[in-house]
Amino acid sequence: MRPDGALASGTGTGRLAEPTRAESVGAVAILIGQVRDRRRRRTAAVLLGASVLVFAAAIASLLLGAAGLTVADVFAVLVGQGSPKAEFVVMRLRLPRVLAAVIAGSALGLGGALFQSTLRNPLASPDILGVTGGASLAAVGSMLLLGLEGPAVALAAFTGALVVAGLMWALAWRGGLTGIRFVLVGIGLASIVSGLLGWLITRAEVREASEALVWMVGGIASTGWSELGTSGGALVVLLTATAVFSPRMPLLALSDDSARSLGLDATRARATAVLLGVALVAVATALAGPIAFVALVAAPIARALIGHGQAALAASALVGVVIVLVADLVAQHAFAGFAVPVGIVTGLIGAPYLLWLIARGNRKGSDG
Amino acid sequence: MSRVATDSQHPAALMSRTRTGRRLPPATTLALAVGLLAVVAVASLAIGTRQMPLDLVLGAFTSLVPGDADQLVVRELRLPRAVVGIMAGAALGVVAALLQGATRNPLADPGLLGINAGASLAVVAAIAFLGVASPFGFIWFAFAGAALAAAVVFAIGSTGASGASPAKLALTGAAVTAATTPLVTLLLIRDDGTLLQFRFWSVGSLSGRGLESAAVLWPFLIAGLVLAAWLAGRLNLLALGDDVARGLGVRLGTTRVVTAIAVIVLAGTATSLAGPIALLGLAVAHAARGLVGGDYRWVTPLAAVLGAVVLLAADVIGRVVVAPAELEAGIVAAIVGAPVLIALVRRTKGGGL
Repeated sequence: MRPDGALASGTGTGRLAEPTRAESVGAVAILIGQVRDRRRRRTAAVLLGASVLVFAAAIASLLLGAAGLTVADVFAVLVGQGSPKAEFVVMRLRLPRVLAAVIAGSALGLGGALFQSTLRNPLASPDILGVTGGASLAAVGSMLLLGLEGPAVALAAFTGALVVAGLMWALAWRGGLTGIRFVLVGIGLASIVSGLLGWLITRAEVREASEALVWMVGGIASTGWSELGTSGGALVVLLTATAVFSPRMPLLALSDDSARSLGLDATRARATAVLLGVALVAVATALAGPIAFVALVAAPIARALIGHGQAALAASALVGVVIVLVADLVAQHAFAGFAVPVGIVTGLIGAPYLLWLIARGNRKGSDG
Repeated sequence: MSRVATDSQHPAALMSRTRTGRRLPPATTLALAVGLLAVVAVASLAIGTRQMPLDLVLGAFTSLVPGDADQLVVRELRLPRAVVGIMAGAALGVVAALLQGATRNPLADPGLLGINAGASLAVVAAIAFLGVASPFGFIWFAFAGAALAAAVVFAIGSTGASGASPAKLALTGAAVTAATTPLVTLLLIRDDGTLLQFRFWSVGSLSGRGLESAAVLWPFLIAGLVLAAWLAGRLNLLALGDDVARGLGVRLGTTRVVTAIAVIVLAGTATSLAGPIALLGLAVAHAARGLVGGDYRWVTPLAAVLGAVVLLAADVIGRVVVAPAELEAGIVAAIVGAPVLIALVRRTKGGGL
């Protein structure tokens, strides 16, 4: 995962280019170089800080719980020397949960960042646009109606997300993309999708109602190792693809006209970014259901931390992981007596943020 | 505000842009709609897992046979559904017409603006925390929830230089709906029994509503409709812009307050009856305006009748397409209403939103 590193080193080489020019120019170059250095240091600090948080939350998630394990117990299990009981708790219950949070969180954070950068609108996150819902609907449908399992479900989720994204693109495109029209068409599609999802769930012979809830709000309890393998593999492929693609990200920040006047074709870059975003969201949804708002909030937080306008891809993915891990800790332990799906906690954080985003956009006088 | 209202890009201009060519007289249209409602109502009594000939449906009311299974199905199961559907559908249609008229906002719909979501959160909370069980108990919570959600949506949606634009209000409504969803879920998972019951209610269903809800809630529906009737003429003047309306003697403050009360009462009643049903009112109010033009004295009653027609039809369709299971009316309504929303968004240029 080094998209930002690639970006930063690509731009950083310009710093050394003009030492021989006139003094004033040289001073400016040095100034720019200092700014870039500072940015790079800040990016590195954010990535390091987020990684430390991920590690701490993962440790907490492994330690906390009814089984009362100590650090030594958990460590013993991880090196293969644990007692059977600790082995069961860690390897069957807690570690899969942590890994699911890592996979889902990074996929959603990165997917959200790709969507928001491509559509140049902080509201254009896959959950608001109905893309997550499409993935969820297709995943649930393929399991309940067709009896599919494993990679086939992930593939169905990808198809569902792609269909919704394609529909939205086709319906919202009118000689160009206006962010706000995109969002409103997405709200319409999301309402159809959530209606159908609700129907599938009310119809299904769910043994436990909470199982159905996972597919409505998203949850990472009871994830199996084979599912983790599938989605982990898919995630690695997609992360590599995004890293390869990331040098073209700055192109997406330009408007279509500016890009054209520079002789660049932004359309293909946009399509690639959205496709990657769709695939990432589908991986996360097939694994953990539609965890609300992680895709919406991760990228803006990452951008605010790093503090410059670029799409902070690596940081967005890490922030996504932090959010899901911490929200899952809260969901498991904060509500006395019963554990709630992680999506409820992220929803409780994300929805007020969304309202704030709209209110702030209003004050600035922009349309959203 | 008046400056904006005269702008041809303004939503009000979009809303009143209707074909004036071959249009039936409003009274005829309304009569036809009522006839259609009668047909749909009979269909909703006759069609279902067990198909019934018309004479049997009629016989269930005229010649009672105690213990007859078919008659029981008609009287005990299907009649309450039809009554609830007519009441909730009429309320939703009128709410959307009032909201669209009073705010000159083509995207106004109680579901889209988060008002139904607020009402349903309050109802679920009242049931979960306070053990309120009767419709007469939780209707007040529905009103409070609807009022709170409407206040939040309009407070956040109207900040900023350009005032309350339709897109901003719709976005804020979506955000409020998104904010209530996890809370409702959180309340529901505490108790499996409640969850099983509200799984169906939360997608908007007419089944399982006894006549007792309808029997308790009808006065609220009537009150809301009376307010709507009082408002209709004033909404016509409001469509001309705030300044013109004021010049013609409309008290803007009073009109807005009465609109708010009517919207809250009707949305709360509809949600208590049938759950949070979105986008039905949006589609119905636009259809009504397309059929009879911009006169709210005709639009409002027609929206009421069409709302009932669409919700009942959605219920019947939901029973037929996936028989022997059924598709909840709210889901069918969303599937019918969302294309209308998308069409409206597409037809408006970016600047108009």
